[in-house]
Amino acid sequence: MKREVRHYFFLRQDKDNINNQRITRTFAPLFYRSETLKSSTALIDSSLVITESMVQAGADVFIGYPITPANLLYAYGSRRYPLFLSAPDEITTLQWMTGFAATGKLPVTATSFPGYALMLESINMAYMMELPMVIILVQRLGPATGTATCGAQGDITLLNGMISGGFAIPVMSLADTQDCWEIPAKAMQMASRLRTPVILFTSKEEVMTSYSYDISRFSGISPIRRNNWDGSGKYKSYRANEQLIPSFLPVGNPDHQVRFTASTHDEEGNLQGTSKAGLDNSTRIHQKILKNMAEYTYYELDDAHDATTLILSFGITSRAAHEAVISLRKKGVAVSHLVPKTLLPVPPVYYEIASRYKRVIFCEENYTGQYRQIMFGYSSPDHISGVNSFGKMIDPSEIVREVLRDE
Amino acid sequence: MNNRFLTGEELPFCKGCGHTGIAEHTEKALLNLGWSPLDVILVSDIGCHGIVDKFFTSHTVHGLHGRSIALASGITAGLNDQSKKVIVFLGDGGATIGMQHLIDAAHNNFNMTLVIHNNFLYGMTGGQPSELTPMGFKTPTLPSGASSEGYDICDLAMAAGANYVARIMGIGDFSEALATAFSKNGLSVVEVLEVCPSYGMKANPGMKLRQVAEEAAIEVKVYADRNHKSWEPPFLTAPDSLFSSFDCLPAMFTSSIEKPVRIMLAGSAGEGVQVAADFFAQAAVTAGLNVTKKGSYPVTVGVGYSASELIVSPDPIFYTGSPTPDALIILSNDGLSFARNTASRMENGEIFIDASLPVMNAAVSVIPIDFRNQAGPRNAAFYALFRYLTHSGIFPAEAMKKMIGESKLGAKINMEKLFQLP
Repeated sequence: MKREVRHYFFLRQDKDNINNQRITRTFAPLFYRSETLKSSTALIDSSLVITESMVQAGADVFIGYPITPANLLYAYGSRRYPLFLSAPDEITTLQWMTGFAATGKLPVTATSFPGYALMLESINMAYMMELPMVIILVQRLGPATGTATCGAQGDITLLNGMISGGFAIPVMSLADTQDCWEIPAKAMQMASRLRTPVILFTSKEEVMTSYSYDISRFSGISPIRRNNWDGSGKYKSYRANEQLIPSFLPVGNPDHQVRFTASTHDEEGNLQGTSKAGLDNSTRIHQKILKNMAEYTYYELDDAHDATTLILSFGITSRAAHEAVISLRKKGVAVSHLVPKTLLPVPPVYYEIASRYKRVIFCEENYTGQYRQIMFGYSSPDHISGVNSFGKMIDPSEIVREVLRDE
Repeated sequence: MNNRFLTGEELPFCKGCGHTGIAEHTEKALLNLGWSPLDVILVSDIGCHGIVDKFFTSHTVHGLHGRSIALASGITAGLNDQSKKVIVFLGDGGATIGMQHLIDAAHNNFNMTLVIHNNFLYGMTGGQPSELTPMGFKTPTLPSGASSEGYDICDLAMAAGANYVARIMGIGDFSEALATAFSKNGLSVVEVLEVCPSYGMKANPGMKLRQVAEEAAIEVKVYADRNHKSWEPPFLTAPDSLFSSFDCLPAMFTSSIEKPVRIMLAGSAGEGVQVAADFFAQAAVTAGLNVTKKGSYPVTVGVGYSASELIVSPDPIFYTGSPTPDALIILSNDGLSFARNTASRMENGEIFIDASLPVMNAAVSVIPIDFRNQAGPRNAAFYALFRYLTHSGIFPAEAMKKMIGESKLGAKINMEKLFQLP
């Protein structure tokens, strides 16, 4: 005998076209439907799902140094990646990853702020060398070593400014179990195609909680196909195509010299000081990210008719916000909900969406309202507000209270 | 194809700089060994030596100060190809910064050669001493001379396990010594002593390289020459999908709860709290419920409290926090210490507490039960969850019994006994 349970129903509409940007958009109309729980339901944690997604997408190697709360990603990594290497520290981790990437491999690591801080210069190096990799940042409570076993969303400002010069680096966020399946593979694809490190942004509460989930919702992931340079004449490691992406060849290939360098360089990879060729190449890397991000812009917009308030939340907090939205609508309060999956660089469409509402409420598990500040500055306009917390998850009731504050 | 390793342009170093000799003799050694430029990957970093990569026709990778060894380790591991030669150029400054990487590369015996350009100072930034600067050697920023002996990088590399380690004098033709190092299996390290004409000579007028080495008792010799196994990648052969590591849990029981129920189970490490919670969560899925589960325990997992937060719900669960559970089950003193704040926040629900623990004041009903005495400390968590299921009826205790019975644990736990306890 099976009982009837109610399932939240997501209607997904892919590759919508808004403002001439090709984006993937997911609507989540809030209504319930009856459905028998599937026999393909299991109790799984997000670390497992992320790992499986990465490997199926074509990750070649996991390199890591253990840190709480990325423990499970490390543990699963040791059993699932074709090659798993335990590095002696986080600087070494990123250096080894860059070395692997230079030979044409796709490396992955997982860390938390203390380890990420050590990786920073090396991520800048990989960014400047234009070598692909995915770094999973599992946030925990800071500053410094803070509280290793407490979740947080406190590293967004860091990521927004982590490339010297303020250059853009892609940051993808995970809101639910389905995202843990779909987004890591997309992050890997983006890293490979754009030749860039990509940050997968999550937190302790997302990757160390087990959820019941119908795994038949996981569609197949195709392995990434690398399109290495096959042109004629002299290969230049940083000669870019019209999408501003340079074609790749690995070091060690027997036909063409390859140069990778972290210092300012021209399209051949030769050191340049501040020559025009060198500076043009550096700014191209930033422009490359911006030019191609539309294709990798993922978000969910649950747009309620007549809503004048928009809740914006991401990652673990979007789950609390989801409950708040359900609760508000039961009270007859129309409210919309935007869940960015592509966090940085901020996709222009988020501003367009925010502009449709009289109020925008940013919900984020940090003390200062980092994403709000990134989007609207340190002195944000009166109609922009925040629900924030430090050292604990945001409760749906806190969001409900803020929405109803002036009503 | 031009097989020369250098482009033929004038090298960019100061007149009399030892770096020029290293570049030229590296080329000579590689030519003598029959290497082709595109089978060689030259990895360098920051320092005067690093600007040489432009003049090499091999593959070149130019990284961060002191990190070239780790970067090259990744390249060597990624290539995993004995027909390629990875050579690292670094200075004494880079060797100082990246000493951990050097030890690590030696420890792993990565198949590559490190050429340490040791001119006893940081040349690019104005002549600061490095950790390899010998006793008494002066630099522009240390006019009184180094007051302690520098590290013997060859001793370190040898102790860490590099297959081949040698120190050579960067005078005359030392291409044969380089060729010897290049032809070794595993990690080979060559420290080349040389002079910085700009800062070394100025701070130490009239210095002679041999004399500096002699006075500092820096030996020019082969430190290690062995043929230990070089690094090999520990590939997993056809690892199973992680999806094969768990069973799906089809619904075979029923539940009539209409809203989410949040449960906190708090006990002591080593007493099966997490395992019991896991079976409870899986059983709830077989009762057609949505479930979330997370554990809390100190970083020292073998001591202190161990707690689990569970949510079971007929509807999908979004918010996974449980600031105020509907049921708080406390099994031990550790659990009580952990859960006391949670208990004080509860305005609804029930607290089930082991009868051995002090009676607590709370706004909700507190029910003492003899969990530990009845079931024993190791089974108290299972017993408590059985009791809670029977008491609350949120889903059949039979579901949990079945889940445990079909697992390896089924043979170890006397479930019938637990089940029949009062």
